[in-house]
Amino acid sequence: MKLEGQVRIPSGCAISAVISREGNRMTGESIIKSMIPMHDRSNGLGGGFAAYGIYPEYRDFYAFHMFYDDDSSREACERVLREGFEIVKAEIIPVKKLPEITDVPLIWRYFITPLASVLSRLQLDENEYVARTVMKINSTVSGAYVFSSGKNMGAFKAVGFPEDVGRFYRLDEYEAYCWTAHGRYPTNTPGWWGGAHPFALLDYSIVHNGEISSYDANRRYIEMFGYKCTLQTDTEVITYIADYLIRRQGLTPEEAASVIAAPFWSTIETKSDVMKKRLTFLRTVYSSLLITGPFSIVLGYTGGLMALNDRLKLRSMVVADKDDKVFIASEEAAIRVMEPDAGNVYAPTGGEPVIVNVKDGAY
Amino acid sequence: MNIAASQNTAAAQNTAVSQNIAASQLGYAELNEQIRAAGKECTLSGCIGQRFIGAGMRDKRIDIGGIPGNALGAYLNGADITVHGNAQDAVGDTMNAGTIIVHGNIGDAAGYAMRGGEIYVRDNAGYRAGIHMKAYKDKKPVMVIGGRTGSFLGEYQAGGYIIVLGLHDDGKPIVGNYPCTGMHGGKMFLRVSPGEIKFPKQVSAVMASEADKAEIEKFVVKYCGLFGADEKEILASDFTVVTPDSKNPYKQMYVAN
Repeated sequence: MKLEGQVRIPSGCAISAVISREGNRMTGESIIKSMIPMHDRSNGLGGGFAAYGIYPEYRDFYAFHMFYDDDSSREACERVLREGFEIVKAEIIPVKKLPEITDVPLIWRYFITPLASVLSRLQLDENEYVARTVMKINSTVSGAYVFSSGKNMGAFKAVGFPEDVGRFYRLDEYEAYCWTAHGRYPTNTPGWWGGAHPFALLDYSIVHNGEISSYDANRRYIEMFGYKCTLQTDTEVITYIADYLIRRQGLTPEEAASVIAAPFWSTIETKSDVMKKRLTFLRTVYSSLLITGPFSIVLGYTGGLMALNDRLKLRSMVVADKDDKVFIASEEAAIRVMEPDAGNVYAPTGGEPVIVNVKDGAY
Repeated sequence: MNIAASQNTAAAQNTAVSQNIAASQLGYAELNEQIRAAGKECTLSGCIGQRFIGAGMRDKRIDIGGIPGNALGAYLNGADITVHGNAQDAVGDTMNAGTIIVHGNIGDAAGYAMRGGEIYVRDNAGYRAGIHMKAYKDKKPVMVIGGRTGSFLGEYQAGGYIIVLGLHDDGKPIVGNYPCTGMHGGKMFLRVSPGEIKFPKQVSAVMASEADKAEIEKFVVKYCGLFGADEKEILASDFTVVTPDSKNPYKQMYVAN
């Protein structure tokens, strides 16, 4: 068998997303289909989806999705969870066995809530405690990986082509008001289950097409704040940056976009005084979180999403809408599969965030 | 401005002998095989992102319904392609001869390194249109964009014509940031007055003379014939013509040469 490198695999990752501004829930069928015309952008070494609004019956509980190498890593992880959480449900995530998806780890799901006594002893809010627990498991429990940890949302990922991964996880049986999807073509990091996209922490998830030139600068900075990059893929750091800027620093998604895809100084010069001051502040304070290199990303969060290109726009991204739905994808063909009559087809400029929020109370 | 009126003229001429190919279930390799096996004319329906359509082909007319995938008409060598809608990235990548007509928008990096042939786009282009376009002997590529373009238009342009007409009506500038970065050959025409756009210092951007406009008249006329715009009005407007400042504008930029 020829290995990657001995054969030319012409590709680049694919991303796709759909969100209902009305909060109407959609099965995963359509987002899976959207990845088919972009099949050649991936090479079978990773595919995944994030879905928001899928666990309404457990909406107050954190949904942990776990990969385990074996039962001993599961037992070790469950010991960590039991120390700080009430586990209201633990189950194997139902999958459909497919010949295309091989080397399947143990895939578990837990609905959990932090013990009040632990939170009050540690003087932490529950999100911070959950984030720290994710870091702890991923960095210290051998063979255990938390790949999803938000409320009423979930990431589903595997080594394989995205359309197969979607069938494997039976995503047509879930209903979400927002879906994001990724097809992977790893360039210089391993194709393994934990390295597939989305990368998720709490309810933040990232799908990413591109490659971060600033990875190590970003990683060194973000690790000062307790994050640990353990998943061997550059995209992981974007998720932690989003969590840091939005949850911990209280920035809006738009402000976070002005940090990670900060405009050039020459562009800032052309802005109004108020904007100049704001953009200069963000670029100066968070200079180590500027992400350079090509990227198009979709950041999912509870009640919305943000799509963003690097400021030089070295990756493609198209946005369109129809009725209550907004579609985003690497290629227009993917949008046409989801909605042949989508209108307002638009390619955002580099560094221009596209933010779509579900109306209040609808999620 | 209404430029959709005469959209289907090219298609109408074709239909009599054209072979129909239903593309929706075909991969790009099968689709191109069927196009090659078809006669001189074929009409594709239901394209959904298949890449490389018409790659390297000559002596053909290909009429496309649906969304063709990336690298449409890559290495095109004389065939004529018409798209009745939008096209994606890298249209006409490295094309050598032929014509690509798009009744809609095109994505990024259109005409990448093209060295011959013509591309006509009714509406807007993405980033880096005409990147590294070049000319060779009698080959002189032409790209006409009816609306506006993204940043880095004509990046490293080395030859040929890039013409942007600015017929869009969304109030956005005719071109994004950093047009003509690294330009060292060819000519760019933007239907806007000089001074409205910032160019790098290695290029000269001046008001186009009547003689300059005469060079591009036939391409503007062709655009107007295809898409139904008013050529007199367009050609009467101010154009900025951009050329590299000298034969070797980057001399001494890195080393004394």
